[in-house]
Amino acid sequence: MIQVESADQFLKQVSGSVAEGERIRLCLQCGSCSGVCPFGFAMEFPPQAIIASLRAGELKPMLDTDSIWLCVSCYACTNVCPAKIPLTPGLLSSVKAEKLMKSSVPTELQDALVNARKYGNTVGESPRKRADWAADFTVEVPILAKTKKPVDVLWYVGDYPSYHARVQQVTRATAKIFKALGVSFGILGPEEQSDGDVFHLAGERGLFELLASKNAKTFEKYEFKEIVTTDPHAYNTFKHEYPKLGYRFPVRHYAQFLHAHLDRLRSLMKNKLEARVAYHDPCGLGRANDNHIYEEPREIIEAIPGAELVEMGHNRTTSICCGGGGGGMWLDGFAWEKAGTRTSEWRIHEAVAAGAQILAVACPYETPRFDDAVKSTNHAKDIAVKDIAELVADAIQG
Amino acid sequence: MAQDVWVNIETLRGEVTETSYTMLAAGKAIAKGLGGSLRAVLLGNNVKGLAGKLGAADSVTVVDHPALADFNPEAHLLALADLAKKGAPRAFLFGQTASGTDLACGLAAKLGFPVASPCRTFKVEGGEILFEAVTCGGKIIAEGKLPGPTGVAIVMPGGYKPEEAMQGGSPKVDEASPESDLGAARTRFRAYIEPDTSDVDISKVPILVSVGRGIGQKENIEAAKELAAALGGEVSSSRPIVDQGWLPTSRLVGKSGKAVKPKLYLALGISGSPEHMEGLPGWETLVAINTDQKAPIYDVATYGAAVDVLELVPKLTEKVRATKS
Amino acid sequence: MNIAVPIKFVPDLVEEMEIDSSTGKLDRTFMRLVPNELDEHALEQALILKERHGGTVAVITLDTGDVDEALFTAVAKGADRAIKIAGEGYAEGVTSHAYADLLAEALKNGSYDLILAGTQAVDDLDGSVGALLAAKLGIPYVGYTVKVVAEGGKVVATKEYPGGLLAEIEVNPPAVIGIQAAEKPPRYVVTSLVMDAMKKAKIDEAEGAAAGLEGAAEITGMRPPEAGKGAEMIDGDANAVAEKLVGILKEKGIL
Repeated sequence: MIQVESADQFLKQVSGSVAEGERIRLCLQCGSCSGVCPFGFAMEFPPQAIIASLRAGELKPMLDTDSIWLCVSCYACTNVCPAKIPLTPGLLSSVKAEKLMKSSVPTELQDALVNARKYGNTVGESPRKRADWAADFTVEVPILAKTKKPVDVLWYVGDYPSYHARVQQVTRATAKIFKALGVSFGILGPEEQSDGDVFHLAGERGLFELLASKNAKTFEKYEFKEIVTTDPHAYNTFKHEYPKLGYRFPVRHYAQFLHAHLDRLRSLMKNKLEARVAYHDPCGLGRANDNHIYEEPREIIEAIPGAELVEMGHNRTTSICCGGGGGGMWLDGFAWEKAGTRTSEWRIHEAVAAGAQILAVACPYETPRFDDAVKSTNHAKDIAVKDIAELVADAIQG
Repeated sequence: MAQDVWVNIETLRGEVTETSYTMLAAGKAIAKGLGGSLRAVLLGNNVKGLAGKLGAADSVTVVDHPALADFNPEAHLLALADLAKKGAPRAFLFGQTASGTDLACGLAAKLGFPVASPCRTFKVEGGEILFEAVTCGGKIIAEGKLPGPTGVAIVMPGGYKPEEAMQGGSPKVDEASPESDLGAARTRFRAYIEPDTSDVDISKVPILVSVGRGIGQKENIEAAKELAAALGGEVSSSRPIVDQGWLPTSRLVGKSGKAVKPKLYLALGISGSPEHMEGLPGWETLVAINTDQKAPIYDVATYGAAVDVLELVPKLTEKVRATKS
Repeated sequence: MNIAVPIKFVPDLVEEMEIDSSTGKLDRTFMRLVPNELDEHALEQALILKERHGGTVAVITLDTGDVDEALFTAVAKGADRAIKIAGEGYAEGVTSHAYADLLAEALKNGSYDLILAGTQAVDDLDGSVGALLAAKLGIPYVGYTVKVVAEGGKVVATKEYPGGLLAEIEVNPPAVIGIQAAEKPPRYVVTSLVMDAMKKAKIDEAEGAAAGLEGAAEITGMRPPEAGKGAEMIDGDANAVAEKLVGILKEKGIL
């Protein structure tokens, strides 16, 4: 990747950056992208305006603004574009990449990138502590470097599920489910590196490739049938990006995995939930890469005794991003100052309006983000946030 | 000379600094152990009058010169080197400060004296000067011996009470003139830049909610501000927050910021490094919230809880408000 | 303006500090060495000065093992030259005096206008490298600075005193300036540019004398600080802690 000097050079770069990238030249300037973008209203250059500017031969005015950092890589624009331009992975991450090349990046995101480079995780913790969540725990969690035994499932845990106090609860719930189902699994623990999906979408392709090569080398040391992960970002990256680098591993998101075991789960889930549950479709399982995994998580929820599934106004392909993707997890301060709004708060309003008492999620960024939004919208008495793993584990608990 | 201890007295705008008194207290203890005398070395311009404040020392050597009016590392170093060349002590103490460290290292390297830093406490045993230094962000205490014939020790606060050396008195005063041409120094003091006093003076605020790296993102400081408001206090911070520009320097607690002695200091995501703790010479209640159970701040805090700052703060704010209403 | 930035590698405080019981010193087996944070600020300040006034920036370090990446990162950020000095005993830990001695030897003929170094490092036990280096090179030193500007052949460094007081100190180069903070936090450099530097740039290698212990005090032992004597720990989750804290604050008359 080189720093581009002209609009034309940038267009060429975008065209070559992803499959079908050259479709950028078919832009109709319809504005659907800018309209559906959750932060389009606050961007000096929403996607349509970026393309218009480039076509007019103007690169600098667009690159000089920092509004690109409002993009949370939610794929809403990509999903709606009638010309089928790969806006999110092609255009928008290329703009972010150019900004990074010029060292122009908000500090908090910079810290996350530096931490991932140094420690293999975005939180800046010692890699040696990556499996501490599994210490003093009722479920035995095999670490493959120690057990060295073949397993069916290599459970890719991830940064936030390993280190963040709230998300560790979800991780432990997931372990309990695996135990109840008798799954043969293992984790990498300290050897595990960040999946890097966020970096590739935030314009740090080099960092992504570095982490990918480390992970791939580690995966190759062990015998397993598939990778299962609770993180849609990791799911996307292992399924769609790693193969482009030559690393091919079968992977399922844990919602797909649990869905495949639904009959067994049904017989195990005895505790009643008695609540109306709205399910938030993560961008990573839905619009991203046309995955469109919408029904499996819902069927799992409906299988929980007493759970009543309700739908929010925006669901499936129109689901509103929690705001954590494409670097967004570290850009809340920036987004708040620029836009004065949080997509996570919109979502809570929607969930409450739909009559939900529980907002069910299936992505590690969502639990802390929606927890915060519940507090900041003063809906703590109306709604609680739970990962599907927590709902299932609670239903199983003897 | 051989068993004497010298202390480099620091002055700032005509006042003797608190660090100087800490060093005098340390120096007194060392001199006693060695059976030698304690000499205060005072460089400045028109500073003879300050000798009366240095009663903790047995004698004061004053080097008075216009070029020494305000701290000028090069001029001060030349003057000190001239003095030390005529006969150096067993131990020479300097402050771990913006005016001490420059001089300590410069003098030591120029005259071939070994250096120990940053020393918190000293002991004399069998004629040897032993010290303890706090290093690696406060995570390690190093023990060592200060070699002779002249050892330079850079002294950090916390090991001695400066009040113990603040007695006035009439120590013997002698004057020395620098031999080097101080005016020929390539370094020149230009001007002071006053701190911005438009913001609140945190050293006068009894309740401080202080944020460190553990606060995560800039926008989380809002939550800390709300807690501070609920408690009737103000926010303050450690260095990284100020370096990022998330809070103004007026809110900095620590070495280059303010020294505070609050009633309540709530340390959120602060590890307790020596540079920060230097800004906390005292407190009534210090509550440390840090998920790192090994953070040095837990050694000195009154209370601690290894919970997530971002989870605790809103809950605490809510409960404080509920109590007050 | 030709600027040199010495980089000291220090233990990463993110990892636990462990003491080797047989030597009484830091256990370096799992220790991760990283560039001293304030040296990163010094590099940033150097790059800012280069961008403003032109000239060159050279980074220089001792080869304590695994230093290449940091050097290539500096080049990717804009440094013109990277120098690594190899010698006996460096990997086991080098005192500030030894660093200063070896750097002085390597830099003395380099005709640098300025040497910018972090004003201190977390593992300094015998003073700071920059201040010692200046004395060994026979040039002036100004430490604890938060701003460095060049003005008509002179350099004005802003020294930081307690309470937010600052002092402008003017110095005729060559000089060593001790950096407490750069004007802006150290910049980010994308991994692809670092990879490029790794492929295209060359690190100059120099030979250095064996690292000695002269100038430093004899360290007789190391230990962790007295643990737990301090805080009374409050157990429970955030809610329980908040509850108990309110109780404590009421007791103390703060609420």
